[in-house]
Amino acid sequence: MNVYDVIVIGGGVIGTAVLRSLSTYRARVLLLEKSSDVACGSSRANSGIVHAGYDAETGTKKAIFNVRGAEMFPALTEELDVPYKKVGSLVAARKDGLPALGVLRDRGIKNGVKVEILAREEIVALEPNIADDIAYALYAPEAGVVSPYQLTIAQADHAVLNGAEVRLEEKVIAITHSNGLFTVATKKGNYVARYVVNAAGAGGAEVNALVGEEPYQETHAVGDYFILDRKESGVVRTVVFPLPDERGKGILVAPTADGNVILGPTSRKVPHEEAELNAVTADGLQYVREGVARLMKNVNVRNAIRVYAGTRTAVGHDFIIEESVKVPGFYMLLGICSPGLTSAPAIGEYVSKEIAEKLSLSKKDALTALPKSFRFRESSPEEIARQTEEDPAFGRIVCRCEKVTEGEIVRAVHSPVPAKTVDAVKRRVRAGMGRCQGGFCQPRVMEILSRELNIPMTSVRKGDAGSEIAPYEVKDGYEKV
Amino acid sequence: MRKFDVVIIGGGPAGMAAAIGAREQGASVAILERDVRLGGILNQCIHNGFGLHYFGEELTGPEYAERFRKKVLSDEGITVYLEAMVLSLTEDRVLTAVSPTQGLIEISAGSIVLAMGCRERSAGAIGLVGTRPAGIYTAGMAQRLSNVNGFLVGKEVVILGSGDIGLIMARRMTSEGAKVKLVMELMPFSSGLKRNIVQCLNDYDIPLRYSTTVTRVTGKERLTGVYVAPVDEKLQPILEKEEYIPCDTLLLSVGLIPENDLIAGSNIEMSRVTSGAVVDEYRQTTVPGIFSAGNVLHVHDLVDNVSEEAFIAGRSAAQFVAGNLPEKACVSVTVGRGVRYALPQRIHLGEGNVRLYFRVDQVYRSMTVTVRSGNDLLKKKKTMVLAPGEMQYVEIDKCLVSGDLCVALEE
Repeated sequence: MNVYDVIVIGGGVIGTAVLRSLSTYRARVLLLEKSSDVACGSSRANSGIVHAGYDAETGTKKAIFNVRGAEMFPALTEELDVPYKKVGSLVAARKDGLPALGVLRDRGIKNGVKVEILAREEIVALEPNIADDIAYALYAPEAGVVSPYQLTIAQADHAVLNGAEVRLEEKVIAITHSNGLFTVATKKGNYVARYVVNAAGAGGAEVNALVGEEPYQETHAVGDYFILDRKESGVVRTVVFPLPDERGKGILVAPTADGNVILGPTSRKVPHEEAELNAVTADGLQYVREGVARLMKNVNVRNAIRVYAGTRTAVGHDFIIEESVKVPGFYMLLGICSPGLTSAPAIGEYVSKEIAEKLSLSKKDALTALPKSFRFRESSPEEIARQTEEDPAFGRIVCRCEKVTEGEIVRAVHSPVPAKTVDAVKRRVRAGMGRCQGGFCQPRVMEILSRELNIPMTSVRKGDAGSEIAPYEVKDGYEKV
Repeated sequence: MRKFDVVIIGGGPAGMAAAIGAREQGASVAILERDVRLGGILNQCIHNGFGLHYFGEELTGPEYAERFRKKVLSDEGITVYLEAMVLSLTEDRVLTAVSPTQGLIEISAGSIVLAMGCRERSAGAIGLVGTRPAGIYTAGMAQRLSNVNGFLVGKEVVILGSGDIGLIMARRMTSEGAKVKLVMELMPFSSGLKRNIVQCLNDYDIPLRYSTTVTRVTGKERLTGVYVAPVDEKLQPILEKEEYIPCDTLLLSVGLIPENDLIAGSNIEMSRVTSGAVVDEYRQTTVPGIFSAGNVLHVHDLVDNVSEEAFIAGRSAAQFVAGNLPEKACVSVTVGRGVRYALPQRIHLGEGNVRLYFRVDQVYRSMTVTVRSGNDLLKKKKTMVLAPGEMQYVEIDKCLVSGDLCVALEE
């Protein structure tokens, strides 16, 4: 019988971090993801912040994994070729906010985080557009920004290069447990493993229920965001937060790792059935606008190129990262809301180490490195000349706004975790993420997907099943491209 | 480094007409076009109505483009680079471009004509509220998919915005068997041509609601419907009157934006109203030797006007290289009551006639267009109806001009 050592359920930043860490051991590992790509849940729509680690209560899992995760980011993102910038963060406060900043500072120091309180002149030197009434700020130079979906994809790609399997569009519908083995069923097949990791994010309680584990009480908060045009990128340099309140870290203004500006999020409690709809609301957008105006000047929200929403799922006040007592061998990684992205690599490291010890897995001698990908917009003229010489497709710009070439798109379609949809291409190479939002390049990306995957244009999807973009042929039958 | 007298960025209707204009002055010309063929957006405009003014006959978009393309391709003095994307240009007119066959190329230009066209405003730019399913397209993208690729995006259609492409697509999708349930326009008037409202909506009994917008969209993988509501005078939706319309497709025709990203951060003065460069009657920008024409300069409603404007730009770009253009513009063209913008924004004193193109800011009936210089009335023209969707012009004799001009509407 084909037995995996570990099956990871859920291809978000947590699941892929665990998968990647497990792939450094001599182990058979499989990841099951219900969507058509990894990074389709909270991992694609969050703030993309690498938090320094002053926010979480000392001693909590949030604090421990945050601090360790933040330490790992510079080397990890370098290794995986993922956009990351250590820009530092500010928690900006008015005059009366000094005591609250002091609490955060003390907690930061206890958590082992580099923090200091700045006065107005120092803040203005860092952030010239800070609001006029901001008097103090907590500065954490180690904070950064990362592309959360590119990190997730790179973790998955790296794991696959090192022998892990990723199966997309396989929603887990049943799990049985007997004789120390789990049988995990999807509509496409049954998979047997010695350990199962529940990293299903917003679907975590459902997966828990499949093994008879406690249905933890989840809460889902949807956050609305704006992404601004690259031309606004000069307006903010660090991650600027307001003072946190009971609802969370508040509306932030930050550069993104890819050169845009991000504004948001709100924190709207929604019922479970709405958690994965990620619907933007008008009130939410207005709340973000107002929050931004309290924090910064000269932020031109009119130059937004995209609005979207993402869901954060929490279970109580801390992460749940533990093996089930009821069902040994079943790991639950639940309620990984903020600072989950920052914590992900550390959670992956920790969980894989525990499982490896229990299964007596040994480390591989060497790993296959993830090759650096050619990105036209970041390349020198010499590099472009060389690449174009080798393959003319690297000189054929498809996405004019983000300067993405056909060669990059073809490579994404054939990457270890292949991009099979327009959105999957977009997340890997940014085609369609610029100011025209795919207005010009989307039909061309569809043509490339159709050609490379050998599927009809009518079957090319935006994302999951049912999201075909141009599902019908015109009556008079043109010669098809 | 390659050298040409006139380098034209963009091979759509503006770029091709500019090339022909420059060639008539004997200049050596290069066109850099990012698509695989010349013609630009005309290639996907398979409906007719093009060329009534320029050729005196009704052509389809591809036919209109073909007339120019033939002329361009048969002229050995015009070098055409296809699939060539310009990455940068300097004020001393050195361009860097990339193409799959040529790799990176550097070109030194005697003068440059910007003819990059425009792009459509996206769902993100208008802050569309709701979910993010498939089924939401800019009208031009849906047009390309149907007319170039041969695929239809949906069957039950709602259109937001009354721009010309949206109106044309209402008819196109209806003719393909789709049901267009509603076209709505945020403003109390259309931004499209009257003839398109008549021929594309009225003739097919497609309702058009003014002062109405989409308040949110629904559907997880595919669009399942849109909520629409009338708006108040401040253009805010009146949510009590919200109504749900099931549909699988939302087309956006909510505005066109000149695609001037290439010159962002340059010293070329830009107009906040047109989002294009500020130009003189030669279509020269404020950086000498750089010209602009077509939809990258200001959004046109008729391609005939694009061709005419680009012809001027191309001819002038060649004259610049030959040292035959006057150096400094000295009179400003401003606008008064009822006029959103006028173009060119500057003119030289001298001889000859110049056409001042302008758009009004709302619908006006029985108004007189005036051009004044201080207290002098240089021109007046009575009009029946003026609409923002239809560009107008008045022609003035430059000999009469002594100071700054103002184009305005008067009772």
